[in-house]
Amino acid sequence: MITMQLLIGIGAICGVSTVLAVIMVIADATIANYGEVKVRINEDKELVVPGGKPLLGSLMEQKIFIPSACGGRGSCGLCKVKVTSGAGEYLATELPWISEEEKKENIHLSCQLKVKKDIGIRIPERLFNVKEYAAEVVSLKDLTYDIKQVTMKLLDPMEIVFKAGQYIQFQVPEYELSKESVYRAYSVASQPSVKDSVELEIRLVPNGICTTYVFEHLKEGERITINGPYGEFFLRDSENEIVFIAGGSGMAPIKSILYDMREKGSKRKARYFFGARAVRDLFLVEEMKELEKDLENFSFIPALSEPEEKDNWTGETGLITDVLDRHLENGDGTEAYLCGSPGMIDASIKTLTKNGIPEELIYYDKFA
Amino acid sequence: MSNGITFYAIFFAAIFTNNILLTNYLGMCSFLAVSREVKTSQGLGMAVAIVMAATSVLNWLAYRYILVPLDLVYLRFIVFIVIIAAFVQLIEMIIERVSDSLYASLGIFLPLITVNCAILGVCLFMVIREYTLLQAFFYGLGSGIGWALAIIAMAGIRQKMAKARVPKGLAGAGITLIIAGIMALAFMGFSGMIQIT
Repeated sequence: MITMQLLIGIGAICGVSTVLAVIMVIADATIANYGEVKVRINEDKELVVPGGKPLLGSLMEQKIFIPSACGGRGSCGLCKVKVTSGAGEYLATELPWISEEEKKENIHLSCQLKVKKDIGIRIPERLFNVKEYAAEVVSLKDLTYDIKQVTMKLLDPMEIVFKAGQYIQFQVPEYELSKESVYRAYSVASQPSVKDSVELEIRLVPNGICTTYVFEHLKEGERITINGPYGEFFLRDSENEIVFIAGGSGMAPIKSILYDMREKGSKRKARYFFGARAVRDLFLVEEMKELEKDLENFSFIPALSEPEEKDNWTGETGLITDVLDRHLENGDGTEAYLCGSPGMIDASIKTLTKNGIPEELIYYDKFA
Repeated sequence: MSNGITFYAIFFAAIFTNNILLTNYLGMCSFLAVSREVKTSQGLGMAVAIVMAATSVLNWLAYRYILVPLDLVYLRFIVFIVIIAAFVQLIEMIIERVSDSLYASLGIFLPLITVNCAILGVCLFMVIREYTLLQAFFYGLGSGIGWALAIIAMAGIRQKMAKARVPKGLAGAGITLIIAGIMALAFMGFSGMIQIT
């Protein structure tokens, strides 16, 4: 009797669930089926994609990569694209990221915008240069106690074209800290003439999804996926004197730019202020000394904010902003390139503008 | 059925005197989380009202014609939840298909309310109170409207409060719960009008 009741119960649950599941499957194939839709890019290219999916993912399947740090969850606000036709209304999930001016221009978050009918979009041409690369980790080296140098050999495609200073995105696979694969952005530390490999400098962030993965799980010989290059952080062509400012792993893009300048025989006057806490936070000092010899008008100025007794430090001390303040006299004909924590960048911008360097000549990569 | 309360009495009671949110304190999580702006809470409130009205009818039918005849009343929780989830999914797909503007204002809230306990609560109350189909529909609709009313009122208050200086320890959910308590007291003032149990 009890078994009978149990069987009826199980049967009823299964029956109800089956009926509902069938309804859902039918709905999915009819109501939610948008067929194939066309995406026109820059009034030029036309792609045919399955409808009903977010634009970001649809473009990614077609090997067009819009920069996005959160991987499509609508939490970074980077994947903006200009929609020229077929956009529809803004979703509440987009609004926090879209300013009034951007609204007028019909700029949407591509991870939230679903492609349900033919649409036209406009993206910068250089994004077509962005590719996905399969790569193999060939070396992992400790630069300091909390910064690792990761060198990857590109397998497919085998070469990358980028400007010194740009960044790539590193795909972290699923592992214990992250249930889904996520992307994190890192500046390329190697120079563009090295086409078959990419070097990154990664600083350990406690509990950071990507940095924990790199520090505790990544091994030499492992296959990983990266995509890029992205970013507007590269040396502008001018005769201006250059001020580089970096802290921690912000060294990476500056190193790339400096090596590139050496290869091109640049004679521009350049000073590189590197902020660190103590000697144990300094790295690549020898390489920078080499550069001072090879580049005619370049000087490297490391500054320690809290040198330890045992360091016997004779160089600059103090916060990077104080050191800057002491060295800058006249901002005329100077441009600045900054890479580091948001706090350091904001403080440095203040010091630079105070010393007469106009904001439009200050370029930076802010990695939160 | 045993009780003879008219459906409009149930309808108004569900909105005012027996407001599901303010008297039973059901559906609190989305009430606290999405009551920052009047506009968004209107969308959410509307979505809840529609889903409550529809699922109370669907679940009434499932209860009366599947669970009772097969003597499976003890399975009502799981059956109700599955039906609510499927209905919400379905209506989201439909809204997304038919209207962009409706989807933008209402559709994105639907996944939020699949697990809203107020909706399950309405379905369980209507069973306990042995409502007829008509009564169940108006009870669902009324409760939904009542819930919407409460969240919109709360959003209005919170919008005004955004400029006020709330003591640090009370900011956020703390002050919202206190306001909800005072609102519940205010709604008790309606209790002389109609009563349902």
